[in-house]
Amino acid sequence: MTAPMLEVDNVRKYFPVGTGAFWQRKTAWVKAVEGINFTIAAAETLGLIGESGCGKTTTAKLILLQERPTAGTIRFDGEDVGALKGPALMRYRRSVQVVFQDPFGSLSPRMRVANIIAEPLEIHTKLSRSAMRERVSEVLELVGMRPDVADLFPHEFSGGQRQRIAIARALATNTRLIVLDEPVSALDVSIRAQIITQLEQLQQRLGVSYLFIGHDLATVAHISHRIAVMYLGQIVESADSTELCASPLHPYTQALLIAALPAHPDAKRERLALSGEIPSALAPPSGCRFHTRCPRAMPRCTDEVPVSRQVAPGHAVACHLY
Amino acid sequence: MSITTTPRVIEVHRPSQVRRWVGDLPLLPLIILVPFILAAVFADFIAPYDPTEPVRGAKIFEPPFWMEGGSTATLLGTDFQGRDSLSRLIFGARVSLIVGLMGTVVAGGLGTAFGILSGYLGGWVDQAIMRLTDAWLALPALVFAIFLAAVVGPSMWNIVIILGLVYWTRYARVIRGEVLSLREREYVQLAEIAGASSLRVILRHILPNVLNTAMVLASLTIGVVIIAEASLSFLGVGVPPPEPAWGLMLSEARSTLMAGKWWLTVFPGACILLVVLATQLLGDWLRIRLDPQQRNL
Amino acid sequence: MSAPLLEVRGLQTHYFSFGGSRIVKAVENVSFVLRKGETLGLVGESGCGKTTTCLSIVGLLPPAARVVGGEIRLNGADLTKKSPREMRRIRGRAIAMILQDPMASLNPLFSIYTQVAEPAYYHLGMRRRPLRQRVQELLRAVRIPSPAMRMRGYPHQMSGGMRQRIVGAIALAGGPKLIIADEPTTNLDVTIQAQYLDLLMDLQQETGVALIFVTHNLGIVAKMCDRMAVMYAGRIVESGAVRDLFSAPKHPYTKALLGSVAKLGSKEPLYAIPGQPPDLARPPTGCAFHPRCADAMPRCATQDPEDVQCGPEWTARCWLPQRAGRGGS
Repeated sequence: MTAPMLEVDNVRKYFPVGTGAFWQRKTAWVKAVEGINFTIAAAETLGLIGESGCGKTTTAKLILLQERPTAGTIRFDGEDVGALKGPALMRYRRSVQVVFQDPFGSLSPRMRVANIIAEPLEIHTKLSRSAMRERVSEVLELVGMRPDVADLFPHEFSGGQRQRIAIARALATNTRLIVLDEPVSALDVSIRAQIITQLEQLQQRLGVSYLFIGHDLATVAHISHRIAVMYLGQIVESADSTELCASPLHPYTQALLIAALPAHPDAKRERLALSGEIPSALAPPSGCRFHTRCPRAMPRCTDEVPVSRQVAPGHAVACHLY
Repeated sequence: MSITTTPRVIEVHRPSQVRRWVGDLPLLPLIILVPFILAAVFADFIAPYDPTEPVRGAKIFEPPFWMEGGSTATLLGTDFQGRDSLSRLIFGARVSLIVGLMGTVVAGGLGTAFGILSGYLGGWVDQAIMRLTDAWLALPALVFAIFLAAVVGPSMWNIVIILGLVYWTRYARVIRGEVLSLREREYVQLAEIAGASSLRVILRHILPNVLNTAMVLASLTIGVVIIAEASLSFLGVGVPPPEPAWGLMLSEARSTLMAGKWWLTVFPGACILLVVLATQLLGDWLRIRLDPQQRNL
Repeated sequence: MSAPLLEVRGLQTHYFSFGGSRIVKAVENVSFVLRKGETLGLVGESGCGKTTTCLSIVGLLPPAARVVGGEIRLNGADLTKKSPREMRRIRGRAIAMILQDPMASLNPLFSIYTQVAEPAYYHLGMRRRPLRQRVQELLRAVRIPSPAMRMRGYPHQMSGGMRQRIVGAIALAGGPKLIIADEPTTNLDVTIQAQYLDLLMDLQQETGVALIFVTHNLGIVAKMCDRMAVMYAGRIVESGAVRDLFSAPKHPYTKALLGSVAKLGSKEPLYAIPGQPPDLARPPTGCAFHPRCADAMPRCATQDPEDVQCGPEWTARCWLPQRAGRGGS
């Protein structure tokens, strides 16, 4: 079996919280990510789902090298990403791109679309102007836009169109992995379907992989092959997306499914048995971090941290119930 | 289902950008400034006499032409050496505007550069530049300028550089603040993630977006620089005589004001007033113009 | 059938800008009926006019907007004819509003107690001990733990979910008959949202208050609402019982919306509606949806459709049901 394209191995990220005017004395740590493991293969979509404070944005930043892990390794094509320098680092950067949530902040207001999309090409390649222009037209067509919009400025486009431009930009350099951080949450409902469908088509056509971060389970399940559920910095369950929705094992995943809104008024849903608020990452609960809200917590959950176990092929849970 | 979208170019009722700009020009500042600018540019052709030589055939202290004793040959009168006031005012416009403009460019350029470096690079670079700015601000501007002028010797370009060195700090502070917020914008982050070098990010993304603020700041402070130049010439350490400068004219005429030779102080003073007023109004207009447009984007 | 609590008929609200030269017809001929204790879901995407409709009802339109036609009858009285002073007595008392951003709805400088007590203080004239008790009751009703302690606290000490519940308490304080909730859960986490919606449903059962729930999320409508009205480009394109619209939608837009939402666990391709919502300053001729409609007929481009009765209390504004025969296909 070949090595997976992206491998996240027991990664931890702690942010220092300091006090002091000149030199920050580290008095506490925000344990944003606490030992996560996952892999992404080529042409695969991994969905990352969780609520505020779960660490999914931090995970994205770690993969994009905006932050360095406090512990653990991230490997791309088998190489440790943290150790990359020079041309190897540039190779990584051209293979891994991102699309953010806010379509209005993602595009530089003073640059034309052509220049926005061509920027990664300018950084990584020595293509001539005309070759770049051609590539820009190519990717614009890939995302379903007419090539002649390349001369316009971002403010002339709607939110959905801007996200397409952002996706086009992310694809410009034969990208292999795109990190999508809530790419459709800020868009209208009817536009969301356009973008999701477009992304799925692009994956089939180009073989690009996605790390899809979202909070709407239905959307994430639709586009993802596998889903990892995060809570307070840890992955509590990961499985194939259809299986996760059909038979969720972890109480938190079950709660997310109950909380997910019905598709039809007749679809009966039980009431949410979850209580309380999400704890702060500054002082996470001991043992299993979910035990303070878990309807099925046992005494063991307060003391022992559950270890992620494979309970079925491709289905892993971190819970003392299993 | 085909999902090819056509861009909905938001025409609304907006005519092209250029036409919108032209339609809303601020009349008052331009009415004031354009004649001065024209005078400065075409001084050689407009001025009736050589500003540094006494007018042949005219008396000294001749009053303006509408007063008794004045003549139409010297419209605004003559000074203590018999030089034509009008010509001196016209040539003086050249000095004031050039020094004002160039001084602002130097100050703005230095300040913006420091502000960007400080805001974007952060860390000890930021701390160092900020402490430098603090120290510099502690120096009283004019006194510092006089000191520098005395050290390097007065000449027009020296004054330009001196004024630039004195006034850069106000830009640095403001631009740094703007850069700090720009740095967090997603399109900047995107460029960094794509592998852009710091230089590229600064030139391509940060600089164009701070230029607006820099321009507004510049137009608001050009008045300060002009007055500073006038003050320096007034004190005798500005552009050296006989090159005419409005501040110098004020200085020379100071003693004669009480003797009733009012035209030698009122006209230069009025010129300074009008130009500074016009630039302030222009700066205000620019500020309002450029801000909501940014927000519309 | 009891008399309706709220009856909106032919409401028209326009925005005037550029000195009156540019008119945006934000709400165009909107009509619906709400009975006591009922929940109406007002569904649509951004710019469809749902927020403007709500602001028209409570009389809080921005200066550039005006109700130019139609009537809004609350228990028979026409709100469009009321003076600002009369509206102030109605707002907070008979009609309350819950908005999207809890941080913006709560004043950071005042204690929770002050803010929750305010409607009861002004509208019900309560003071001192009865007022304190009422505030505690309200906080308990919205499931805030330790209400006596919490009411002395300030908004910044609470999480987003709790703040939104406090906003709910403020809405209930004046004893309203109608609450208008404008996307109250958009900024909340999924599980917090579920708790909040359960709370709203329970409160409705207890107090019998009617609810207009404005949202773009069809799942919320499926969970909470009895009836729904779908808005597009300032018009209601279909309205009726939630069950009817979800099972057999008559308007192409309703159908398209339902088809574009991902269903949990299903990989069925999503229906992507082509194009963009229209610019309301220059709306298309005829039916506002026709440029994006899969079933558009030539007639749709020239004639704005009228309401068609598809069943008791079920109307759709479309030419298609008429073409298929009486009562729709």
